[in-house]
Amino acid sequence: MRNPLSDRIVEIPSSGIRKFFDIVSEMKDAISLGVGEPDFDTPWHIREEGIYSLEKGRTFYTSNAGLKELKVEISSYLSRRFEVTYDPEHEVIVTVGGSEAIDIALRAMLNPGDEVLIPQPSYVSYVPCTILANGVPVTIDLDEKDQFKLTKQKLLEKITPKTKILILPFPNNPTGAVMTAEELKDIVEVVIEKDLFVISDEIYAELTYGGDHTTIASFPGMRDRTVLINGFSKSYAMTGWRLGYATAPRVILEQMLKIHQFAIMCAPTASQYAAVAALRDGDKDVQVMRESYDQRRRYLVHAFKEMGLECFEPHGAFYLFPSIKRFGMTSDEFATRLLREEKVAVVPGTAFGDCGEGFLRISYAYSLKNLKEALSRMDRFVKNLDRKA
Amino acid sequence: MREKILAIIEKNSRIDLKDLAVLLGENETAIANEIAEMEKEHIICGYHTLINWDNTSDEKVVALIEVKVTPQRGMGFDKIAERIYQYNEVNAVYLMSGSFDFTVFIEGKTMRQVAQFVSEKLSPMESVLSTATHFVLKKYKDHGTVLAEETPDERMLITP
Repeated sequence: MRNPLSDRIVEIPSSGIRKFFDIVSEMKDAISLGVGEPDFDTPWHIREEGIYSLEKGRTFYTSNAGLKELKVEISSYLSRRFEVTYDPEHEVIVTVGGSEAIDIALRAMLNPGDEVLIPQPSYVSYVPCTILANGVPVTIDLDEKDQFKLTKQKLLEKITPKTKILILPFPNNPTGAVMTAEELKDIVEVVIEKDLFVISDEIYAELTYGGDHTTIASFPGMRDRTVLINGFSKSYAMTGWRLGYATAPRVILEQMLKIHQFAIMCAPTASQYAAVAALRDGDKDVQVMRESYDQRRRYLVHAFKEMGLECFEPHGAFYLFPSIKRFGMTSDEFATRLLREEKVAVVPGTAFGDCGEGFLRISYAYSLKNLKEALSRMDRFVKNLDRKA
Repeated sequence: MREKILAIIEKNSRIDLKDLAVLLGENETAIANEIAEMEKEHIICGYHTLINWDNTSDEKVVALIEVKVTPQRGMGFDKIAERIYQYNEVNAVYLMSGSFDFTVFIEGKTMRQVAQFVSEKLSPMESVLSTATHFVLKKYKDHGTVLAEETPDERMLITP
């Protein structure tokens, strides 16, 4: 029999998270700080809208780009919160999570050999999606000393004549880093001067602490160069509904829509109706959840400081990214031993790029009770390591 | 800061002062002072425990009574309310808008005890015109807390 597989996909390693997940799954009573999703249930008024849409028998396809009323709500939300305007008719597409949006944006924009700049540590799908879209991923290693922000210097270093797209993953999973308006300005200058495009993954835009998120699309000259990606998973605790969206200038969006049309058809209809309710009446829910994450963020930063685990203070998403370099172990070793010895599951920083070596991703999307138990186990683990050293 | 303190201790009055300070990013003394101040100002009126009595072997009956009254000269609603809430059996008294005047929550050991209170104490009061007693059959949610057991965390242990 012939080899049934595509060489390209076989060559892509599967996600580092996946590998660790398999180890964790063997441990029945492990407590976890490893999830990348909210601990809240979707607010009831949103769930109810989804249920209601099923009861009414709205079990049909929607138009490819999504329900008209949802696209209108998305457009008005973006202008209300982030001061960017998109025509709901031609510049908004509703996708199956932010992940699909990343995929179709890359596929719509890349020609073979085009280079995509991917700052790391960052979400696991940018590199493989770039490869699958015939692009060449070029990673930019971000530094803890820059608080894992992208700097002009680092950006310039990796630009070649083939560079076409910069992926901008802020607020960042796994580091919790954010880029302020001031810091984005530097990036904007380079992007315009070098004639690049930006795919800005802003799925955590609502989860910033101590200052509102600024989208790069709101800078003069950037709207036409940006695909803005957002969604409902993190801000409204709707991961399982699989609903995200992208906005972009019509010329790009039309091509994205073509891929979506053939590969996906349309995002789940019940989810779309629920999302309309989220955008119409969900501001208060977001505010309550944000405050709760912020409290737990402070709690964890404080706890790690006391534990002697060095950690910069993150201002976005719901992760901490402490350094474990002083223990002389790899992230993988540390995480594996922590799991075996204290039954606490965390994700090694290397799952998000090689430059995540020496770090762990800790999620605080857990109840205070759960965090306390996990922290006391980690404390014991760290003290043991220190004693032996 | 007050609102944030209240939002947390309304749900969990047993939280450590130290934890509270860390969660809110304030110092411990400032939080302690603010709480003491709110106690003094009667913003914080007490610290109670939410008990699901259905899960104990104690028999308890709770009734909600709608009370209509006629306020008399020199004696507004407040005075009548006071006469009602002084009784130990009375758990809560609210002045209401709408077709009756007070909602009175009564707690007793048996239905008979509650009935007795209504017929012997509440109804005979001069200002009371009528009462309608409703017994609580089951509490699902109280003080913003669902009384059923917590559902376990069903998320996968590790997700990207």
